[in-house]
Amino acid sequence: MGITTTLANPTRFMSYSGKILPVTWILALVLIVAGLYYAFPGSPPDYQMGEVVRLMYVHPQAAWLAMLTYVLMAVAALGTIIWRHPLADVLQKAAAPIGAAFALLGLVTGMLWGQPTWGTYWVWDARLTSFLILFIMFLGLIAIWATVEDPGRAARIAAILTLVGAVNLPIIYFSVQIWSTLHQPQGVLQGQTDAHFLPPMFLMLGGYTFLFISILLLRMRTEILGRRVRSMQLTSVGAEA
Amino acid sequence: MRLTGSGLASERGGRLIFEDVGFDLSDGELLAITGPNGAGKSTLLRIVAGLLPATEGRVAATPETDGPLNTFMHYLGHRDGLKAALTVRENLDFWQKTADSDGGIAPLDALERVRLLHAVDMPAAYLSAGMRRRVAIARLLVVRRPIWLLDEPTSALDARSEGELGELIAGHLAGGGLVLAATHLKLPVPITKSLVLGNAA
Amino acid sequence: MKAFLAIVRQTITVSFRSGGGPLVGLIFFLSVVIVVPFGVGPDLNLLSRIGPAIIWIGALLATLLGLDRLFQDDRDDGSLDQLQMAGLPLEFVVLAKAAGHWIATGLPLVIAAPVFGLFLNLSTAAMGVLVLTLLVGTPALTLIGVIGGALMVAIRRGGMLVAVLVLPFAIPVLIFGVLAVSAIVVGPADSFGLPFMLLCATTLLAIVVGPVAGAGAIRAGRE
Repeated sequence: MGITTTLANPTRFMSYSGKILPVTWILALVLIVAGLYYAFPGSPPDYQMGEVVRLMYVHPQAAWLAMLTYVLMAVAALGTIIWRHPLADVLQKAAAPIGAAFALLGLVTGMLWGQPTWGTYWVWDARLTSFLILFIMFLGLIAIWATVEDPGRAARIAAILTLVGAVNLPIIYFSVQIWSTLHQPQGVLQGQTDAHFLPPMFLMLGGYTFLFISILLLRMRTEILGRRVRSMQLTSVGAEA
Repeated sequence: MRLTGSGLASERGGRLIFEDVGFDLSDGELLAITGPNGAGKSTLLRIVAGLLPATEGRVAATPETDGPLNTFMHYLGHRDGLKAALTVRENLDFWQKTADSDGGIAPLDALERVRLLHAVDMPAAYLSAGMRRRVAIARLLVVRRPIWLLDEPTSALDARSEGELGELIAGHLAGGGLVLAATHLKLPVPITKSLVLGNAA
Repeated sequence: MKAFLAIVRQTITVSFRSGGGPLVGLIFFLSVVIVVPFGVGPDLNLLSRIGPAIIWIGALLATLLGLDRLFQDDRDDGSLDQLQMAGLPLEFVVLAKAAGHWIATGLPLVIAAPVFGLFLNLSTAAMGVLVLTLLVGTPALTLIGVIGGALMVAIRRGGMLVAVLVLPFAIPVLIFGVLAVSAIVVGPADSFGLPFMLLCATTLLAIVVGPVAGAGAIRAGRE
């Protein structure tokens, strides 16, 4: 009970999210501006990778956010299937294109990184390949929302696919790892990353996260308002002139 | 204009639906086609509309039309011909552009006649069956064609809309139009000629 | 002409509003392209050699997607009856539907092809030729596919049957398209002209044969 049931009401959600939204926008803006300062004038080029290292301030964050989005969508999918939560449906629909955008950003920045480092834009490495599959799954979910007209039915179909994907993604990741590996291991958690790279990395991660929250709330609000407009239209058509 | 059908026969799937059916219709006349289910009312209308080839016989107009005969006809069938994803206005605009004929009234005026002006920007998917039928009726007005082929035109319509359709048909006849209507219900207009299909007992 | 353009526009609008427009085709195209490396292995040299063929096959399969519904939807909602009485010869109706379908689903494939080429390590020159051949060749694929789509009105079955019926006719397009690209990728470069000319000729032929056969198929399926 408590907060989940309170927020479950779309009207309450509209009022709370309207208050939170300006705060998250400002946080996103401040953190990204600060992060960009440290990413460019505020930090040196790497002695090995040169200027290219600055991609480290945009690339891993995008990848992280894409995965976070998927996890959130999987949770929302549970909400749709188990609790038949109207907000969970809305969240699923609102999050999919954002996830696709972050995944695309991750892929593009990764390709730009790959060209100077590996000499090619793309290699069929485990990490890259499974990320590409994640991107396609986001697109598939968007396609469901675009083709299935009834939003309730679309939510349940998308939820099933999202949950199958949540089970499947680790399997895909490991199978692809057996197939091919080249990507460097994640460095931050193992403490291999030089200390002066860390502040901009985390500033940008925070900025991305608040940007994600802001866009997500905005899209959810738009979707809720859109549904209200639709039901008002339906009633007005039904009422004879 | 005079529209005649002579010696019409239709055979589908090896079954003879009707044979030796004819009619002769002039300006301002309404032909009511009646008969039991399966007697071929719809089939006859589709043959006249050129949507089905007749096994035998022919449909002709005098004086001969300039261009295919069926481009002088409106066909109001069981399916309304509306694209669910398009708005009512887009549907009417589309018909007006593809029909390639002048002299129809503006889509908005036509919608006013069928009392759907308030739904002009709604996707057709939002409309009920009766409303969709009324949009299809509005098509008869946005594109002017002398011959109306109406297949169960009153289906899905409520009493008020039925009366209004009657007025539209009467207006069309008064303006020198021709109407062929297949129905097993009473039409809301006086019938000038009738054709009974099938050997109903 | 007004009627023709109206049909083209309506086909595009309906495709975007009720089918996600080019989205599904693009995802399918991307899926085909990324599945092949799993079959043949991640060797980039090998992939760059067979890359043009993979992309052409992907484009071929993606083009056929959605064609089964192109006329069936019109039949189901009654539009097909109205279109046959529109005053435009049925052949031109079919050509207009094909043009609309190509703009909504074929053209995006052509535009996306270079991006997918990156995954297959194609050189810039190869991508240029690939886009050129796709631009010339995909209209032929759509127009051949439209015949299958029109047959579906009579056959009343959906899905893969279109692919089964249409694929054999699409083989020449595939041959000429891939040959033209290989001329640039593996050489000799002067062998580009002949297959490319033949590809253009196939498309021109399809512009005539597709609508005529498609209209014939619709007439044959009337009931």
